[in-house]
Amino acid sequence: MKISFTLNGKNANLDIEPRETLAEVLRGRCRLTGLKVSCESQVCGSCTVLVDDLPVSACTFLAYEARGKRVTTIEGLADESGRLHPLQQAFLDHFAFQCGFCTPGMILAAKALLDERPEVTDAEIVAHMNGNLCRCTGYLPILKAIRQAATELRERK
Amino acid sequence: MKELSEFTVVNHSVPRGDGIAKVTGSAVYTSDMVVEHMAWAKVLRSPFARARILSIDISAAKSLPGVIDVLTGDMLKGLHPYYGHGVKDHPLIAIGQVRFVGEPVAAVIAEDELTAQEALGKIAVEYEELEAILDVDTALAQGTPRIHETDFADGAFRGFDDFPGASGNICQAVHVEWGDVDAAFAAAAHIAEGEFYFPMVYAYAMEPYVAIANYESKGYLTVYSSAQHPFMVRHDLAQVFGLPLNSVRVIVPYIGGGYGSKSYTKIEPLVAACSWKSGRPVKLQLSVEEAFLTTRGDDARVRIRTAVDAQGKLVGRQATIHLNTGAYAENSPMVCRKAANRIVGPYRIPNVKIDCLAVYTNTVPASSYRGLGGAQVTFPSESQIDELAEMSGCDAVEFRLKNLAESRESIHPGMRPIDADVPGDVREAARSLRMTRPLQPGHGRSVCCSASDAGAHPVTLAMVQVYADGSVSVLSGSTEIGQGSHTVLTQIAAEEMGVPLEKVRLVGSDTAVTLFERSTGASRTTTLMGRAVLEACREAIAQCKAMAADVLKVSPDALVEERGGIRCGETRMSWPQVLEKYFQMEGCSIIGRAYLRKAGDLTLVPVFWEIGIVGVEIALDEETGSISLDSLVTIGDVGLAIHPAMTEGQDLGAATMGLGVGLFEELIYDGQQLMNGTMLEYRVPRFSDLAHNIETKLVQNRDGVGPYGAKGGGEGAVNPISPCIANALCQATGVRIRRLPLTPERVWKALQEKQSQASRK
Repeated sequence: MKISFTLNGKNANLDIEPRETLAEVLRGRCRLTGLKVSCESQVCGSCTVLVDDLPVSACTFLAYEARGKRVTTIEGLADESGRLHPLQQAFLDHFAFQCGFCTPGMILAAKALLDERPEVTDAEIVAHMNGNLCRCTGYLPILKAIRQAATELRERK
Repeated sequence: MKELSEFTVVNHSVPRGDGIAKVTGSAVYTSDMVVEHMAWAKVLRSPFARARILSIDISAAKSLPGVIDVLTGDMLKGLHPYYGHGVKDHPLIAIGQVRFVGEPVAAVIAEDELTAQEALGKIAVEYEELEAILDVDTALAQGTPRIHETDFADGAFRGFDDFPGASGNICQAVHVEWGDVDAAFAAAAHIAEGEFYFPMVYAYAMEPYVAIANYESKGYLTVYSSAQHPFMVRHDLAQVFGLPLNSVRVIVPYIGGGYGSKSYTKIEPLVAACSWKSGRPVKLQLSVEEAFLTTRGDDARVRIRTAVDAQGKLVGRQATIHLNTGAYAENSPMVCRKAANRIVGPYRIPNVKIDCLAVYTNTVPASSYRGLGGAQVTFPSESQIDELAEMSGCDAVEFRLKNLAESRESIHPGMRPIDADVPGDVREAARSLRMTRPLQPGHGRSVCCSASDAGAHPVTLAMVQVYADGSVSVLSGSTEIGQGSHTVLTQIAAEEMGVPLEKVRLVGSDTAVTLFERSTGASRTTTLMGRAVLEACREAIAQCKAMAADVLKVSPDALVEERGGIRCGETRMSWPQVLEKYFQMEGCSIIGRAYLRKAGDLTLVPVFWEIGIVGVEIALDEETGSISLDSLVTIGDVGLAIHPAMTEGQDLGAATMGLGVGLFEELIYDGQQLMNGTMLEYRVPRFSDLAHNIETKLVQNRDGVGPYGAKGGGEGAVNPISPCIANALCQATGVRIRRLPLTPERVWKALQEKQSQASRK
């Protein structure tokens, strides 16, 4: 079946099988491998992408459901000049990753939060990010990175 | 020795070399890779823990459109299908029998993953089920059949002192003894005695096992794998396929987490055999559920007793450790050796007797898990230290300080004296935790420590390539598993060669390109590979100096080394200028090399003592039995932190991983079946488990054998955190729990038990 959606600001027209998940389509057909698949059961958050600015687990989200919508992956986060999004920069500044496998999902989940709640509190960050697992860092550097990005985004406005 | 203030790149928290790639999604992991003409494999797994395979009918699977081939254990003629670095007991696919639920029985190779998956359902396997041997006691009992009916050939490492070997259902037996334990216990003032249990755990590296293999007909095998130790994988593949080492190329892209679970060989022989059989490059991507059935950590039952004299000095420790090693040895012989060594802790104990057995059972094979036996034995040993402090009427921190070995003091006869300031570290942790503050109700505090003989066998070879334009490449066989080694190694090269960090590139983890590095584990990379890179730089500089002397027609003695080059009188030349003048050509490069082996100051084992220091304050909800962390302190006694921020990050990561086992992680078997082998049911630490107050501190006494006095880190903190929580719980409630994890249910029941005992009195 043919579907189209907006992928990182550009039009994507694809011919897919109805059973395909968004993760399969983005990784397999679009070769956007920044999206990582781990638990395949909506527990770990590593496959998080944004559909109409809301975080979804692409491992269990049918690609068909994305038709006509805006899909954002980690590859679409830096601006056109290649300047990193404040969250990406903050993750670098705070060493908020080690192996990096959870990082794209973490950053996108955090982006959805900060887009909705610029004045975010630590408690809100923890509650919102509780569905994204990281086995390397112990989370504190990620919390610090999200705080920094929140400040940076507020100051830009 | 260079002062700390003199370093320009080392000891600075520079940007990570892999940073941009990892925050933009461009970092390529094995799971992201495809190669030309690649086929996909899927694995049919055993539903029985112990059974004979009577027949396998693959005809229906093979005739499914899109299926290229099917591999089973009776098709391996011409291969040496059993692998293992300790014991060659592991068939790359089940041969004639199965030994755990989940063992690969057949593999389908198809044009796509879905077809391969569909074909699995068309394979008919006839089994004769045998009585499964599911626990250590049954495995050790008289008359129990052997899980492995024959003794297997020695792997590469058997015969070294870490792998003395054993037979029957005992995979490995290690005995450690000094002094006279019986006499010590007979004369003791107090003896603490108990049985402890450390659970079966799963590391959950977020990228499940994955490999791509291409066996070319001319006998070249190329494998991409999410593997920590590419050279160990190469060894096993060369043995299985009877190939020379130069014909097996193992390439490791970025690795999505390891924590020991990706050390040594896992699925690579199976994937390579699929390629060998089908004549196609083959990719096998396991799911997390399959990863649960591939490797776990050894669970441990520890009977331990420890004695003190009337002055509160430790006088003896005796322990029997039983590790449940599962169906195949993997790295459990090493876990066995290390558990036996590490149960002593960083204390001076004059009389010690330890027996450790790694025992085969019909469960998922156990292998390395962060801390390598350390976490399993630090829980009992540090719990017991607190019990003895109480018996002696002594504060737990003071009791430790009285018994901890001082720097340069020996804790294991014949081994390297302790190269760390453990008493200082414990004091620092106690200070940071402000131990003397009054406690709120339901709160408890503890500081615990561990000492691990780390670094593994020191054989590490490295090269640096110095280019005539001033750029430098570090060629390292260590893998980047997230620990930051690709950054740290370039820092060392930039520091030594006097070039900007941006000009140093790391070329890594390709056995056809880099020299041998035994492994990336045992916290060794900074210490050993870091030192090899430093020495390789020094060797390159020595070559440059000789070239400069030749160019300037002076004696090498007339040259003074300056940062990034030499001076001869008033003449200054940078290394690139020297190379260009010497070769009279642009674009040349030279190679500096270093070969580290067990010699000189690396003769004594261990390479270094890895110290784990954790302090916690817990908050207990007595209504539910739920424990949360109010405060967490880690002290990293690392000699010198090449990259302080990442070093602290390693400690926090290790402590958090240990926190998971302390509070909720446990694989549960019901009979033959693993009951909670999914991430829906296996609970690991989340954001909300973060302690309210966290301090990560570094101690930099430059007392290691690594570069500039550095030592490794990254595994220490995983060991002491679970006893730390148990001790804090005991302080808060008076309840001593000797079994992990400290789930709300277990804690609540223990509290109820204590209350009902109190009311009976």
